[in-house]
Amino acid sequence: MDKILVGLKRVVDYNVRIRVKSDGSGVVTDGVKMSINPFDEIALEEALRIKERGDASEVIAISIGSSDCQQQLRTGLAMGADRAILIETSQEIEPLAAAGILLKIIDKEQPDIVLLGKQAIDDDNNQTGQMLAALWERPQATFASKIEISEGTASVTREVDAGLEVINVDLPAVITTDLRLNEPRYVKLPDIMKAKKKPLEVINADELGIDISPQFTAVSHEAPAEREKGIIVDDVDALIAALKDKDLLG
Amino acid sequence: MSKVLIIAEHDGTNLNQSTARCLSCAQPLDASGADVVVLASQCTAIAEQAAGLSGVARVITVERAENEHAVAAIIAPQIVALASDYDYVLAPSTTFGKDLTPRVAALMGVGQVSDIMSVEGPRQFKRPIYAGNAVVLVEVPEGQTIVATVRVASFRPVAAGGQATITAADISVDLPAHTRFVELKSGDSGDRPDLQTAKVVLSGWRGLGSEENFGILYQLADRMNAAVGASRAAVDAGYVPNEMQVGQTGKIIAPDLYMAFGISGAIQHLTGIKDAGTIVAINKDGEAPIFEIADIGLVGDLFDVIPELEKRL
Ligand SMILES: Cc1cc2nc3c(=O)[nH]c(=O)nc-3n(C[C@H](O)[C@H](O)[C@H](O)COP(=O)(O)OP(=O)(O)OC[C@H]3O[C@@H](n4cnc5c(N)ncnc54)[C@H](O)[C@@H]3O)c2cc1C
Ligand SMILES: Nc1ncnc2c1ncn2[C@@H]1O[C@H](COP(=O)(O)O)[C@@H](O)[C@H]1O
Repeated sequence: MDKILVGLKRVVDYNVRIRVKSDGSGVVTDGVKMSINPFDEIALEEALRIKERGDASEVIAISIGSSDCQQQLRTGLAMGADRAILIETSQEIEPLAAAGILLKIIDKEQPDIVLLGKQAIDDDNNQTGQMLAALWERPQATFASKIEISEGTASVTREVDAGLEVINVDLPAVITTDLRLNEPRYVKLPDIMKAKKKPLEVINADELGIDISPQFTAVSHEAPAEREKGIIVDDVDALIAALKDKDLLG
Repeated sequence: MSKVLIIAEHDGTNLNQSTARCLSCAQPLDASGADVVVLASQCTAIAEQAAGLSGVARVITVERAENEHAVAAIIAPQIVALASDYDYVLAPSTTFGKDLTPRVAALMGVGQVSDIMSVEGPRQFKRPIYAGNAVVLVEVPEGQTIVATVRVASFRPVAAGGQATITAADISVDLPAHTRFVELKSGDSGDRPDLQTAKVVLSGWRGLGSEENFGILYQLADRMNAAVGASRAAVDAGYVPNEMQVGQTGKIIAPDLYMAFGISGAIQHLTGIKDAGTIVAINKDGEAPIFEIADIGLVGDLFDVIPELEKRL
């Protein structure tokens, strides 16, 4: 029966107001709330539902990053993952490197489905799943809003610009999640206690024997350009006048 | 030899405007023009549209039955077969480009620059991160092909007026059979303009209360020849289809006029509209964050304002 590998990236919580460091070297992450990337929470929820439907036997959560990622993995275990793997590194991990690392773990674990988020909300790259599928030479089904597993294939509904696209892929495959796939469950206190006993394996990234050093240089960071302060109008008349003034009413 | 290869986006018949926007991003990279590659089951009409854009050096067509639908696993190896002749491979940062381009990059063994918002040098680009709360300047090292997606809202489409030659490429690579297109279900947007190319966009919230209530927004949109967008809240509630979502994880748009009716202005939404010419916000809560970035704000109830606007325009 199917084994599912789920990526859980530790990111700045989506509610945090991001500030760029004054020296432009990055954004302020000291002391801010960190969470599981929201799309990865959706990925884990979906893996758990697939297992609960009887289409999978084991759900493995994996995170790449510092030892702090253990927090997010523990949350994943409390949600219901069977075990967790931390690939520990202090390096900045670009998507191609993340894909390379995931491929190494795939070699070892032989999952039938790899579920990742469509994008990490820190770097907003939207690359890792597609890159992994390429390196693994397997299908990709990105931006999933519905997944149905049957007889070694997955039918995936994808959220695309033109609407909803359905594709059918052979397993094993990489699937990346979109917002409408599901609503992740809340973690209950007893589950947090239980999760402490679940296995969490730590592997040093250096032991994988692949080059994960960044290709790109982040030269500098800046705050986005601000829009000029606008006006408040009192009623629809004034609104129409203001729009006419800007020649926006055709 | 041209240096830039742009992967054309199309629906099988028509070229998507995102391609003309990629051409505009490519201009500073090679003043002599870019090559545009069209992969389709029937290329002629699309290729002719591409050839008519300014800034195109050459249109390359790859006509195969397998290219009827843009399946990334099938398109990517064909792009890779062409890419070795180029310094840059660009595609739009639409769901088409986002799905395909990283697969191309990984097959080539290089990283990808996502969502180029400006070209700062031959190997330096600005791109948004953290839902547009920060902008990073990234540099790609010498000696590797630059594979990137272009944030289409940041670039104006190039004008018509080109007369590029069209050549057919014969690419013999094995294509996988593990991925099958089944169907595309489009939401019904009537005859309304496309969200990503419309000059005027009206957006609404789930506070409209129901799918039917969205009707009053559609009526106003039709009066104004506008496209209709929505916040995630409205899509999640099921009032409108997913392709109407605007924001960090939906569509990034840059109309001349954007009117938000009852949208709070969460950062994930704002990042999708920041490039609009004029932003108008109508919200009954005077403290709503949308007013911080609106050019024109009106504190009021959308159930009063929308019908009144419709009457007066
Ligand atoms: C990972 C992630 C990705 C996301 N991506 C996106 C995205 O791409 N796009 C997006 O939009 N959101 C996105 N969101 C969601 C975002 O954070 C907000 O929750 C969402 O934008 C809120 O939508 P809203 O403003 O329509 O609804 P609400 O926050 O509920 O606000 C409704 C507003 O309507 C006003 N209102 C209510 N009734 C009336 C009335 N009768 N007349 C006038 N005004 C009225 C209220 O005052 C309020 O300001 C994302 C969130 C996450 C976590
Ligand atoms: N460091 C990481 N640890 C675990 N999963 C990751 C990591 N980086 C990327 N991923 C996965 O890849 C997805 C897309 O990330 P990205 O390509 O960076 O936008 C994320 O939603 C995760 O599922």
